[in-house]
Amino acid sequence: MAVNTDVIGKTFAPATYAVGREKIREYAHAVGETDPLYLDVEAARAAGYADVVAPPMFAVVYSLPAVWPALFDEEVGIDFARMVHGAQEFEWGPVVVAGDEITTTASLKDASERRGNGVFVFESVSVNGRGETVCTGLWSNIVRSA
Amino acid sequence: MRAGDELEPLRVTPDRYLTVRYAGASGDFNPIHIDEEFARQVGLPGRILHGLYTMAQVARAHTDAGGPASLKRLSVQFRGMGVPEAELVVTGTVREVRDDAVAVVESSCEQDGKRIIRNAEAELRLEP
Repeated sequence: MAVNTDVIGKTFAPATYAVGREKIREYAHAVGETDPLYLDVEAARAAGYADVVAPPMFAVVYSLPAVWPALFDEEVGIDFARMVHGAQEFEWGPVVVAGDEITTTASLKDASERRGNGVFVFESVSVNGRGETVCTGLWSNIVRSA
Repeated sequence: MRAGDELEPLRVTPDRYLTVRYAGASGDFNPIHIDEEFARQVGLPGRILHGLYTMAQVARAHTDAGGPASLKRLSVQFRGMGVPEAELVVTGTVREVRDDAVAVVESSCEQDGKRIIRNAEAELRLEP
């Protein structure tokens, strides 16, 4: 597929996500987490956290509101029906707890053509209310040729 | 933790409705994960697991011992497709320990003998 490399570096509108206690519990149950830090406020407080802790992969939940619009951006031009998730990387900073507000900014880090397929790498940077980077994500998507 | 140590293998069988619960929990409602008919129409064998659900199982295999703050970095490559109602097995081995502070772990996730996540690499923060 033709890949528009002019759009590399484009940064998309930030999105802020308010992390809720019940959302953490819902996510933890869905992925099979049983650590009381994710489920039990008293256990989390006893361990020194202000509220229940988000599992590391909860990064998906607070990042997606900023990443979706980037995937669907017209200038980037991804054909969603042909897109597959090729690779994913997250790097985590301080843990996220219920009550945090996380602001994520996504950008298109790279776009290229490889063996006829389009390869699009988005970066997401998520920051908490204290200005600490809690997670950086690299989302690699492959758009198969027709 | 020392080079050559293995992670406690993680085994989990996502039930028939797991993809629906994960869609709700994550906000990813792509119909290939929740609509059997749609998935078949686009050439899939049926509904498939979210890659990020499978990655969450890989993450869980790493944090079960040291807790959520121990996971510093995780990168994975998705290969093939995971399906509900079949066991996932995550295995991993410590490749090296740097300065007694960070363990580098290589892992993968298999289902029915196929590696649906491979070349996973994690960095774990070790207790001081």
